[in-house]
Amino acid sequence: MRQALPLDRPGQSALTLIWSEMDVIQRTALAVGLVLVMLAVLAPWLAPFEPNAQSLLARFRPPIGFERASPGHWLGTDELGRDILSRCLYGLRLTLGLALLGAVIGLLIGCSLGLLAGVAGGRTDAAVMGAVDTQIAVPFTLVALFVLTIFGNSLSVLVVVLGLAGWEQYARIIRGEARKLVRMPFVEAARAAGATPWRIAGRHLLPNLVSPMVVQFTSSLSNIILLESTLSFLGLGVQPPTATLGAMVGIGRDYMPTAPWIVTGAAFLILAVTFAVQILGDWLRDRADVRLRQR
Amino acid sequence: MAIHALEVLLRMALTFAVIVTLVFFATRLSGSPIDFIVGEGLTSEDREILIRYYALDRSWWEQYRAFLMGFVDGQFGMSFVERRPVSAIVADRLWPSLQLLLPAIGLTLAVALPLGILAAVYRTSWIGSAIMSVAFLGYAVPNFVLAVFMILVLAYTLDWLPVVGNGTALHFIMPTITLAAGLIAALTRFTRNAMLDVLGQDYMRTARAKGLAEHEVILGHGLRNASITILSVVGLQIAGLAAAGSVVVESIFAWPGIGDLLVRSAMRRDYPVLQFGVLTVALAVLVVNALVDLAYAWADPRLRQAEAA
Repeated sequence: MRQALPLDRPGQSALTLIWSEMDVIQRTALAVGLVLVMLAVLAPWLAPFEPNAQSLLARFRPPIGFERASPGHWLGTDELGRDILSRCLYGLRLTLGLALLGAVIGLLIGCSLGLLAGVAGGRTDAAVMGAVDTQIAVPFTLVALFVLTIFGNSLSVLVVVLGLAGWEQYARIIRGEARKLVRMPFVEAARAAGATPWRIAGRHLLPNLVSPMVVQFTSSLSNIILLESTLSFLGLGVQPPTATLGAMVGIGRDYMPTAPWIVTGAAFLILAVTFAVQILGDWLRDRADVRLRQR
Repeated sequence: MAIHALEVLLRMALTFAVIVTLVFFATRLSGSPIDFIVGEGLTSEDREILIRYYALDRSWWEQYRAFLMGFVDGQFGMSFVERRPVSAIVADRLWPSLQLLLPAIGLTLAVALPLGILAAVYRTSWIGSAIMSVAFLGYAVPNFVLAVFMILVLAYTLDWLPVVGNGTALHFIMPTITLAAGLIAALTRFTRNAMLDVLGQDYMRTARAKGLAEHEVILGHGLRNASITILSVVGLQIAGLAAAGSVVVESIFAWPGIGDLLVRSAMRRDYPVLQFGVLTVALAVLVVNALVDLAYAWADPRLRQAEAA
């Protein structure tokens, strides 16, 4: 059987155990990730200004340390005189929040359908896997473009789109694992003891599927962050004046020749987020060894 | 082989039918289809004519049939903005998109295959880890962030390259690199994994034992066997990545291709153009996938002979 994740081991603190297993890069990623989450959570208390408060007298001011800088605006101001540091913090908060929400929705849809397909088999299985194949065949950016255009790009539609972005991967993996588990003696024993399919799925299969779910969750999280920032960058995601990191880069690119600081802060934050999530996701995948078990 | 080909084509047709159906029902679910198809600013008589033309006063089933027929005879609708048939608008954009895609894919193959092979052969030395770190960068840096940094440095600071349009050869550099970066990262990873699977095989030892030079062993026996796995990845992953990447890259560099068209029509709610464009790109991806699937079956002697025997 596979090794348990360090989280499952009692006694020592989980964080100490995780820390001791990582190399320098992974530790950096973990530290950066924790800092980013803290910044996002504490944004309302950390931000020096309201993110959407405009000050037309202080437009296009560069960061502190440059000529013409406006005191208090550490990273400068944008084309409407809004404080970039505050917008970055709130943008980070919204980007991470949306990604988390989307990943959870994808997890719920994908795991339910995957479990259903794995346990029920037959036509249900074929129908679910057909839907999975269809979604894999079409680049999701196109689906997102289309859905956001016809249903209007409100925040709730965006959340639905982000939630639909990764369900097929969960469904595929969970269905495969569930089919393997269903043939195992302990499931047969439960069935012989009279357990209903619901009970088998909930009490016997689900606990064994946590590890692949966690691994898939990180990888889908990074995909969703990428999708949300790309859509917002293109002007199709979160609508102005609300700040997300992608939207800040998207709008700021028009002012790059004269005010490059508008894009750089948000762009670096996006890089920090994707790096941290990718490195931690890779670490978790190697740790849980999902790929090797899939072969 | 023939049966397999038929299967692949059927699966492609079925998937496309599902997509077309989903597009149809999504538009009907999202509210009054008249607003989408007909657009605003028309007199009530014009509305009536168009409602009858698209059979919007009939049952869903008949509407669906009219929708499908429109796809077949090329009368897919008019753009709200340009007042031209959407098929003509999309057709204009095909060639610029290919002009960008083909060099990007060429660059990807030229860079990613050697890097992937090297990373597999030297997996324990610094060469392997250096290559994989670079590949990781390509994976983790979103392509629009890469584009923004490149524009900032190469265009605005150093003033070496133009940003917008596709007029000269210089215009191709940044879009091609941006589009290829993500593809290179993906293909390098896959090539390395495929080569690693092959390098430990018995036939590699045999090839070495019979005295072949190392490069003949790696390329003639290793790459040749790994190429089947790589090919399947190129079709399934790269086609999708390239389509999604084109949307972003063309939009950033105002490249007059389909990706740019899709984003523009989405922003302007030019719904008929968006619908037709999305379906065209989806069909292109499906066709590439099907072709690769067929090539895969043809390239793998095991599959070829299984049919013959």
